[in-house]
Amino acid sequence: MPLLTVKDLSLGYDGCRVIENLNFSINEGDYLSIVGENGSGKTTLMKTLLHLQKPISGEILVSDGLKPDEIGYLPQQTLVQKDFPASVWEIVLSGCQSSMGLKPFYGKKEKVLAEKNMELMGISDFKNRCYRELSGGQQQRVLLARALCATKKLILLDEPVAGLDPVVTQQMYETIKELNASGITIIMISHDIASALKYSSHILHIGKEVFFGTKAEYLKSNKGFAFSERELRTGGCQTELSFREVKSYA
Amino acid sequence: MLDKIFFYLQYPFVRYAIIVGILIALASSLLGVTLVLKRFSYIGDGLSHVAFGAMAIASVLKMTNQMALILPVTIVCAVLLLRTGQNAKIKGDAAIAMISVGALAFGYLLMNIFSTSSNLTGDVCSTLFGSTSILTLTLSEVVICAVLSVVVIGAFILLYNKIFAVTFDESFATATGTPAGKYNTVIAVMIAVIIVLAMNLVGSLLISALVIFPALSAMSIYRSFFRVTVCSAIISVVCSFVGIMISILAGTPVGSTIVAIDVLAFCCSLMAGKLKGAVA
Repeated sequence: MPLLTVKDLSLGYDGCRVIENLNFSINEGDYLSIVGENGSGKTTLMKTLLHLQKPISGEILVSDGLKPDEIGYLPQQTLVQKDFPASVWEIVLSGCQSSMGLKPFYGKKEKVLAEKNMELMGISDFKNRCYRELSGGQQQRVLLARALCATKKLILLDEPVAGLDPVVTQQMYETIKELNASGITIIMISHDIASALKYSSHILHIGKEVFFGTKAEYLKSNKGFAFSERELRTGGCQTELSFREVKSYA
Repeated sequence: MLDKIFFYLQYPFVRYAIIVGILIALASSLLGVTLVLKRFSYIGDGLSHVAFGAMAIASVLKMTNQMALILPVTIVCAVLLLRTGQNAKIKGDAAIAMISVGALAFGYLLMNIFSTSSNLTGDVCSTLFGSTSILTLTLSEVVICAVLSVVVIGAFILLYNKIFAVTFDESFATATGTPAGKYNTVIAVMIAVIIVLAMNLVGSLLISALVIFPALSAMSIYRSFFRVTVCSAIISVVCSFVGIMISILAGTPVGSTIVAIDVLAFCCSLMAGKLKGAVA
């Protein structure tokens, strides 16, 4: 049984529908990229998958093995976090909160887990630094380490490379790829189709027309074909603009 | 001067004032950090006006135990305000402003229409600015204050890690299965209790100072949540103690003296923070 199945899902906010009758499913170990224009409902979809928001209709089925506290999440940065006085250690450790239940304080198990994930993300050196003094890429690593404390199975990432420079962006993608290779299922919202195609195994394109399938199928489809043509001409420099152009091709 | 202090300490009302003052200062500073970070700095002000309105109703009804009305009303308002923070039609700051001035107006109106006291302005002034009410506490009031603030402080310590998680990133907490809504409600109840208690100490106009100044002072010096919380608690307790002592020795109003010391401490912390930054 797939890890996560979305059945006839309709989504929206403020009473306005943005996505209708969406169907797709994710198996363990998949790497799904969700692409689409601004306002097409990518973040709304992710919030619904995380149970932060109720769908208008339809349902999300999870396999028996996946409990709500086994989903990791890398949100976009909020305003509050920009000047929040918190050390890296405190933030990473707070990812263990989900498995704590009513227990008030962190035990040895949580601390070991947090240490391990900081090691994995290469941020052990910053343990006592203040979060807001780190660079954008370092901050994302901290939040990723926190997400890893909350899950061993599934991570949802909301534009993990937004605002990062090209070098750090590449490193971030490589890190996510390694996580996926170690068996963690990835669902990622992306604006960057080129990298989405390079790294992911499945693509979900939402907008007026919806596409879901493997990367190979996407490239064969109208949208993907248009994209890859364009990709050849421009050398893979993708921005939001190119979505519109992809559409006009299709 | 020490002689004078020991002389005053012999009186039970001075000891009561110090005990209650320190406990309230401790409790308010602990939650202050969370409120400032959640962008709810002004909630203290709003809620204290609600408490003022409730107090007016209680005096009109001639209730002997005013706390029985003030506390529940304030708690309900606190929960509503913090609840609607995220998705309400009227946004957080507007909602606070609305409730705050609305309650103030109704409170004063009620007191004016139904007042039996000959010195109405004096009554209103003393509830707004605290005046000397902390120096006139009875033993039972001291016990209630002490118990409630100890409960709030205890709850804060037990929930410390959860409060951190919910304050730093509410969506992450909810998404990974921590019931953020429930904890927000608990925080709201705690802050309401503190506000009602603190009205005795500094009066309803100056409560925000107790909540935000220690937190802001600590945030300008330290960079981790734990240190900020501890430092804010220490600053708040020291300032309240010094403030109460000065007001007893110099005969100044308790509430405004404490707040003045808090402001002073804030200025010192700003400079300390700058120095620390320059050294590091």
